[in-house]
Amino acid sequence: MTRVTAAAPGPAIPPAAAADAAVLTESLGKTYPGGTVAVAGLDLEVRRGEVFALLGPNGAGKSTTAGMLTTTVRPTAGRAWVAGLDVAAAPARVHQHIGVVPQRNTLDRRLNVRDNLIFHGRYFGMRPAAARAAAARLLAQVSLSDAAGKRVDELSGGMAQRLMIARAIMHRPDVLFLDEPTTGLDPQSRLAVHDIITSLQAAGQTILLITHDMTEADVLAGRVAIIDHGRLLALDTPAALKRSVRGGTTVTVTADGTGPAQLAAALAASVPGARDARPLGDAVLLTVDDSHPVLPAVLAAAEACHARLREVRADPPTLETVFIQLTGKELRDS
Amino acid sequence: MTLPAPAPPRSPAAAALAAFGALLARDLTVLRKQPADFLTRTIVQPVLFVFVLGYIAPRIGQPTAGSATQAATTLLAGMLAIVILFQGLFAVALPLVADLGYTREIDDRLLAPLPARAVALEKIALGTIQGLLAALVIFPLAMIIPAAPPALHIHWAVLLTLAPLAALMCASLGLFLGTALDPRLTMALFAVLITPLMWLGCALFPWSALHAIPWVQGLALADPLTYASEGLRAAVTSQPHLSLLVVYPVQAAATGLLLWQATRHFTRRVIS
Repeated sequence: MTRVTAAAPGPAIPPAAAADAAVLTESLGKTYPGGTVAVAGLDLEVRRGEVFALLGPNGAGKSTTAGMLTTTVRPTAGRAWVAGLDVAAAPARVHQHIGVVPQRNTLDRRLNVRDNLIFHGRYFGMRPAAARAAAARLLAQVSLSDAAGKRVDELSGGMAQRLMIARAIMHRPDVLFLDEPTTGLDPQSRLAVHDIITSLQAAGQTILLITHDMTEADVLAGRVAIIDHGRLLALDTPAALKRSVRGGTTVTVTADGTGPAQLAAALAASVPGARDARPLGDAVLLTVDDSHPVLPAVLAAAEACHARLREVRADPPTLETVFIQLTGKELRDS
Repeated sequence: MTLPAPAPPRSPAAAALAAFGALLARDLTVLRKQPADFLTRTIVQPVLFVFVLGYIAPRIGQPTAGSATQAATTLLAGMLAIVILFQGLFAVALPLVADLGYTREIDDRLLAPLPARAVALEKIALGTIQGLLAALVIFPLAMIIPAAPPALHIHWAVLLTLAPLAALMCASLGLFLGTALDPRLTMALFAVLITPLMWLGCALFPWSALHAIPWVQGLALADPLTYASEGLRAAVTSQPHLSLLVVYPVQAAATGLLLWQATRHFTRRVIS
């Protein structure tokens, strides 16, 4: 496959898919001056109306990818289209179609909460009266009506984040980029942001969610792209990604009457599909592909060696399991 | 949640023009709502210059260049130039240093539907407007504070062309300093830069008077403020001044060079 560089001369003919997709990338790459490769040949397609998560550890290239799609980072290889527009060729036009919630608080500190929205709307050509009406409506939707007259540095982290989301959708973008939208928020604020994202999706908003939080990706996203070292490792729905894991389900068996070592040996011998069974404290951890078919065999094996079962717990795989299997490392380590 | 109604489609040029206007409207709104910031920044230093050099010095018999009227006349043009320079530095350069360094408020502007270069040009437009406003504020004060009123002689054609050009040049200088310098050095460089710019810029004495010290007279020609001071001297007084045939082209060339370099640095700072 020939790689087309962003600087390559010649007509910019987008592939037919670019017009249909909310976001399309073709071998998109970024090498920073000095040789650091942040993104290496990424092919992605975000469909209109879906919540698409880019999941990966810090330094995986997620934010650089988002930067290229939102025109603040210039690609050094490949191409990318947002709403059918080439991000390198027409950055100012792309701006009309995207809303961005960056990782840092970039609210206008010299304006109050309401004016942050009003002026943002005016940057996008809204008339003052229309901008005021839209601002009032959005503030109500993100529960900030009471704070409308406050200075933005009086807002809590959660309030500031809700305001940034309201600002990003003020001009009705085709694609909303959320870069780590809940990092650093307390659990309540986090849930509030999740609720907003869910209701935006219900209203048909296309969202590209960048996160290193697997639970967040799992709960919110329709499809998840797992990336590391600037490369795509896997791309599917959270359910399919978890199904793809072999031996990702852990069945924890706790019993009296038989030593855990004996029980582990019995389980390993008689449970079909058991990949591993090892004692841990007074319990046994049994690794299987899927817990449903094995539970009867677990009960039978325990009975056969006279163990009195106290607890049997099945933990299905998480996206973290998927990630560990793909990269050989834990998300938080990297 | 209901989403706002989509905006009607517009041409990229119309969108960029509207965005530029809205950015400027935002900045002028902030200026209008917090006039104290602008006024203190504008007034304190020049008023003290006029007060010390134009009022106190003649009254206590300190030697000034010529009579009290001459001193006041020299200071009038100089003060207009100094406030214009200060606006370029304080209205453009310093906010940019903060913005590019840690607040990143500029990120939202950069996502508006206009090219990054246009965001930089808006800063220059604002600096130019503020420079001219500051000149309007200081003008009456430079007339009434001195011990003797300055000999006012307004050449409207020169004033109405040269004041905007000087303001544009100083705003471009501000954008250049705010984007080209390492933010960690900016504060130090400001201290090192601003003082010689101000003192050697022929704001406190006419350039022609420096003929007694040719090397200083030559050095002053390297200071952009000299051209603003001397040009404004030609605009509002009948004192001898640097030829307008020099003042206009040098200011235009300096503005062009600074604009080109400053927008280049700006784009490089905001797009990696």
